[in-house]
Amino acid sequence: MTEHILRMSGITKTFPGVKALQDVNLSVRRGEIHAICGENGAGKSTLMKVLSGVYPHGDYEGEILFEGKRCEFGGIRDSEHAGIVIIHQELALSPQLSIAENIFLGNERARRGVIDWNRTNYEAAALMKRVGLQENPTTTIADIGVGKQQLVEIAKALSKEVRLLILDEPTAALNDDDSAHLLDLLRGLRDEGITCVIISHKLNEVIAIADSVTIIRDGRTIETLDMAGDHVTEDRIISGMVGRALDNRFPPHEPTIGDEALRIEDWTVYSPSQPGRKVVDNASLTLRRGEIVGLAGLMGAGRTELAMSVFGRAWGVHISGKLFKDGKPIDVRNVQDAIRHGIAYATEDRKRYGLNLIEDIKRNISAAGLTGLSKRGWVNENEEYRVAEQFHKSMNIKAPGVDSVVGKLSGGNQQKVVLSKWILTEPDVLILDEPTRGIDVGAKYEIYTIINRLADQGKAVLVISSELPELLGLCDRIYTLSEGRITGEVPRQEATQESLMHLMTKGQE
Amino acid sequence: MSTLTLGGRTAVPAKYLPVLVTGCLFVAMFAVGGFRYEGFASGQVILNVFIDNAFLLVVAVGMTFVILTGGIDLSVGSVVALSTMISASLMEGPGWPPYLVIPLVLAIGSGLGLVMGYIVHAFDIQPFIVTLAGMFLARGLCYTIGTDSIPIRDPTFTAFAQTRIDLFADLWISPSVVIAVVVVVVAAYVLHYTRFGRSVYAAGGSEQSALLMGLPVGRTKITVYTVSGFCSALGGVLLSFYMLSGYGLHAAGMELDAIAAVVIGGTLLTGGSGFLFGTVLGVLVLGLIQTIIIFEGTLLSWWTKIFIGMLLFVFILLQRLFSARSRR
Repeated sequence: MTEHILRMSGITKTFPGVKALQDVNLSVRRGEIHAICGENGAGKSTLMKVLSGVYPHGDYEGEILFEGKRCEFGGIRDSEHAGIVIIHQELALSPQLSIAENIFLGNERARRGVIDWNRTNYEAAALMKRVGLQENPTTTIADIGVGKQQLVEIAKALSKEVRLLILDEPTAALNDDDSAHLLDLLRGLRDEGITCVIISHKLNEVIAIADSVTIIRDGRTIETLDMAGDHVTEDRIISGMVGRALDNRFPPHEPTIGDEALRIEDWTVYSPSQPGRKVVDNASLTLRRGEIVGLAGLMGAGRTELAMSVFGRAWGVHISGKLFKDGKPIDVRNVQDAIRHGIAYATEDRKRYGLNLIEDIKRNISAAGLTGLSKRGWVNENEEYRVAEQFHKSMNIKAPGVDSVVGKLSGGNQQKVVLSKWILTEPDVLILDEPTRGIDVGAKYEIYTIINRLADQGKAVLVISSELPELLGLCDRIYTLSEGRITGEVPRQEATQESLMHLMTKGQE
Repeated sequence: MSTLTLGGRTAVPAKYLPVLVTGCLFVAMFAVGGFRYEGFASGQVILNVFIDNAFLLVVAVGMTFVILTGGIDLSVGSVVALSTMISASLMEGPGWPPYLVIPLVLAIGSGLGLVMGYIVHAFDIQPFIVTLAGMFLARGLCYTIGTDSIPIRDPTFTAFAQTRIDLFADLWISPSVVIAVVVVVVAAYVLHYTRFGRSVYAAGGSEQSALLMGLPVGRTKITVYTVSGFCSALGGVLLSFYMLSGYGLHAAGMELDAIAAVVIGGTLLTGGSGFLFGTVLGVLVLGLIQTIIIFEGTLLSWWTKIFIGMLLFVFILLQRLFSARSRR
């Protein structure tokens, strides 16, 4: 059984300005479970999109051999026809349709154009039995949990006579029981001869289930290990995943750390879409004036959810825990309260949540701090213009004037507008979520300088980032978050990429 | 490309572009009318457009607030009709004086708007369906008052309605025009110089961003529907000046005229971009089309609808181009 079912060789995929994949090789043996590991943004999902035809042939360089045949997929339909099915992290089910309808969606059991409901439900029941899903085929998707929805996706894949099943972070949203059941199911499918490729951040699961693992870093294949032959451990995988090139330069910074500014205690947040799922679990953090604190965590660890729930309960339900500002307990019920207590949050998705793209720089900068620019509801336009001009200069926003529309600026300049907006509200605590995402190297350096300046002014800064080198270069202290829990707190001097990754992948004990 | 260069000299920011196009269209239509028809190119023709459309202008001002937040208000025409009906019946039946009736009507209109705004916000329901319900409700209430047209004979009311305010050189306007202009000026001022006005634009530009900036999005939404309800009621009062009657069939389909005026005036239907001045131009363009068709004489009145239809197509396409460009 050593014949390879899939060989991808020399895959290179470029996006405007970025090389997402560079000469990537992946070989998967027939009938094995093959794991792909790598940090956020390493290129795992891009590689799977190339394989499944989301990026059609000609959009990338390199060669794909499946079952010994060259593949030139023009779209998902082609790859599914060949027997490759991908199940994305965000499940692609139609919530108001039944389980059976979803299983055969686009592939309906019909006779002369009329759907044969008996056959649909009968065959669905057989597939559901195979994946161990005990439900009525006519139950609607919205009425079953995520764990069961995942099983429906797999049943759907089986209905298409899948030979290579790709699962992207299949257990990220599942509880322990559902995860265990899913892993058992994958072992069962392997015994039936179905090959699986699984992308996972949970290294304990990878160790438990995979036969071999390919590690990707910065868009390149680092190595492929055979689990049994190479005696692979979590440490072994981590050492391959980290070690990203330290190519960002950081401005030198000597912190002057003062008193405690914000303390978060026993913070627990539940998901609004999946009842009962804890996204942040009993997290406690302390931020001090003049200090830049990092928050490291992999995708789905709950970083943004933690930040946004603290910022005036802007995310999540049944939020519990205590907030202390300058040592005194505060009650923050909405975003206005948070701003009043001197908390600012710059979002990771600035285009959707951080800016009004069709409005100009001036009005974006003034939006959150209008109270300070107005008297009894009337906005002082001269003052607004003066303030915007000031930020235009001090933040070095590259635009013809403060009347320029924000949607047309580059990522770096948009981020400077977002930061200006929050600085105008005179916060004591700034939470910056992925402050340099999608920004070129030169502008990154500028953003780092601004962050240092803010800390020097005595503000407490919390930086959330997927890039470990960035956290190591910028922060004085780093918290790690894994599955919603704070798993470590490391001073900069003691932190290494390996030690952080260890804490970030620490599973539930 | 944040500006469009005209003739290589003057630069116009893209957000003023739709208003500019509407302005040019208005001037062009007036020029063509002036060439084709005798007696068209006089100031009174434009003033007549104002006089005949003062109520539409007031209603469209309210609609502009709502559309700027990305919403829609289908109830305005019915609220206008209900206002004429309440005014007429109270003045004719129990003989209430106008200075009691008018505030009452304005309060009822605002109240209806407030309720619809509250439902839109609190239950997170599409404004289309909430105001559609409001539309049926208000229209139905008209007929509970009476199924026939009720004439208004109150002496103060009719005297005011028939007043002519003489301007220079034989030009004149009605008091309704003065009221409409005051509404426009106040509304423009509120939109551009108050925190509430800023919240209107911010909520329409990106509601999620506005929420995360701590702007009072919910309060803003409720307020714009209240403003629209108030403007509809005031429009109803102006219409009863114009018609001197109350009738359940008054202002049928006026909500669509108001929406058309706002869109032709360059306000994005998705919200966040537009000016009140554009809405004024939009109303003027609609009014001028009617005037031209009357002057033409041989064309039947449904040509008005055909022209408005074609114009709307053009402006929606223009907006599409405009927003596609700014998204890049």
